[in-house]
Amino acid sequence: MRFIFKTRYDQDINLFPHGGAVFWYSLLAVTLLSVPLIVTPFYVGELSFLFIWSLAGLSLMVLTGYTGLISIGHAAFLGIGAYVHAYLVRHGVPFIPAILCGGFAAAAAGLVIGIPAIRMRGLYLAIATLAFSAIAEEVFVRWETLTGGSRGVPVPKPQFLGIEIDNEIGFYYLCLAILVLCILGIVNLLRAPTGRAWIAIRDSEIAAQSMGVNLAGYKALAFAVSAFLAGIAGGLFAHKVGYLTPDIFTPILSIQLLMLVMVGGVGSIHGAIFGAIFLVLLPTVISIARDYLPAAIGQQPALEPGIYGLILVLVVLLEPLGLNGLWLKIKFFFSQFPMYKSATFKRQKTYMRTERLQ
Amino acid sequence: MHGGRSMAEFLQLLVNGLAVGCIYGLVALGFVLIYKAGEVVNFAQGEMMMLGAFVAFTFIVQFGLNYWIGLALAVVVMAAFGGLLDIVVVRRIIGQPQFSTVMLTIGLGVMMRSGASMVWGPETRGLPSPFDKTVLQIDGVVLSAVYLAILVTTALLCVFLLGFFRFTRVGLAMQAASQNQLAAYCMGIPVKRVLSSVWALSAGVATIAGVMLAPISLIDPNTGAIGLKAFAAAVIGGFGSIPGAVVGGILIGLIELFSGVYLPEGFKDTAAYIVLLAVLVVRPQGLFGAVGRKKV
Repeated sequence: MRFIFKTRYDQDINLFPHGGAVFWYSLLAVTLLSVPLIVTPFYVGELSFLFIWSLAGLSLMVLTGYTGLISIGHAAFLGIGAYVHAYLVRHGVPFIPAILCGGFAAAAAGLVIGIPAIRMRGLYLAIATLAFSAIAEEVFVRWETLTGGSRGVPVPKPQFLGIEIDNEIGFYYLCLAILVLCILGIVNLLRAPTGRAWIAIRDSEIAAQSMGVNLAGYKALAFAVSAFLAGIAGGLFAHKVGYLTPDIFTPILSIQLLMLVMVGGVGSIHGAIFGAIFLVLLPTVISIARDYLPAAIGQQPALEPGIYGLILVLVVLLEPLGLNGLWLKIKFFFSQFPMYKSATFKRQKTYMRTERLQ
Repeated sequence: MHGGRSMAEFLQLLVNGLAVGCIYGLVALGFVLIYKAGEVVNFAQGEMMMLGAFVAFTFIVQFGLNYWIGLALAVVVMAAFGGLLDIVVVRRIIGQPQFSTVMLTIGLGVMMRSGASMVWGPETRGLPSPFDKTVLQIDGVVLSAVYLAILVTTALLCVFLLGFFRFTRVGLAMQAASQNQLAAYCMGIPVKRVLSSVWALSAGVATIAGVMLAPISLIDPNTGAIGLKAFAAAVIGGFGSIPGAVVGGILIGLIELFSGVYLPEGFKDTAAYIVLLAVLVVRPQGLFGAVGRKKV
């Protein structure tokens, strides 16, 4: 068992809680940097997909996991980022300004939704994001100069500092770098007053407000930051798929993102990564499972969304903290070895009647 | 002459919009019933409507039963399904954050959609109705009896629900449970069972809406997306008021049909959502404001 003796206040906001964490994260960094030298390009491509999903999951995690605002329309932000980035890249704008513009365009859209969100409770907000994504879907089909309509648009290869990145390995490092930068940015935000305010809002709006947290400002900020990250993920995604059509950014993508956050574990950055790993592996698992299921079920195209729904339901019912919660429990079991009590993780019930008062 | 024709067109749109709006209103009513009773927002309400229509399709088209018997059986089956859904799944998460209920019902909705696609196939299906062939002509305005039947059914259903809530023991128990669960429990009302029966009632209403929708727009597993428009209706109505939900639905239906004709292409499908966002920004408590926002 590890005891951390705190002798300085700074220790509360250290990036790494103890030396062991530094060791493991360095090991992870070395592994990730050397992976493309070892595995085949196919797996490198899958890993860059994983990084893009992680980034999208991180964006929803900021909003849902840390601020407690539900977005059922995150696909729209991804789509805005992807289309704006693709448009700019096609017109010769370099990679970095283009992807930042994509991010800022999504952030602006996030503010448009976020500002009314100030006045809305969680439920109304969820409905508003759903409506917003339905409108965005229609706009993607209609606005042909930007999106090429339902025919779609091709996305050129990324050009980074004048060098065209046309192989999987280069793109892998690009995605990895952007993901690490974004995670560091979010980790820093979360240990700063901004993140503390978000978490306070998530846990109780009334308490946060009485501690002097500006609810409106921080909620809108959470929306903007989340949409910005989603926009960046969208830009990378555009390069990854190479061709954008409006039917990529459908409600099912939003639901996949929600599933990512739920399965990974609400309220932790590890959760976003775990969820992304799960989501990348799932289609493979489903396609293997199809062979073992009876043909009447196994060959149905609707099997995949059905399994997504089932997983969502099971996670909510059985393990609301997701994979990250499971991981924490296992760690806790071994660190406390003979003394583990399952009651430690018992969830406190809050009856929703009181929420009406907020 | 021209004025007359556009007048006829206007009347026709009015009736069609009212009819479509009634369906949105009925689905919205289902949301509101469940929300008022258990504070659960059922994101799967549209899917329940879709399932109801498919169950009726099985009874009427595949089994060849009489229309009314098939409809009644479908309502019973779906009511049982709704009640069971509450008992088996939804009841377990009462007391957890609202986020969980939203995720749970979204997951359920996705499962219902994919289940329907597995059982009935992804094709669109028609459901014949006894009013299909009848056409009424009043002053050169051609009205299909299907639309009028929807209006009449909705009105009857509303009167029935009003009576049910006011005069029956179960209805009164539902009202009590939705006002204060603890107090209702102390007065000897079996709150859990009442909540399950609210789910059953709401599934039944959704089934009727689905069966009425089938003749005017064919049904397929994605028909449940109408649930979002019904959300718009419920929000306009104030998300807590039953008459508000129906009126909100009618407004959405009218706005949708009129914007389809008088506004540029693309507005028909988004008008409901634009109105929804506008209402949320300008008047979040809804036009009827049954549940006002309390300040601490």
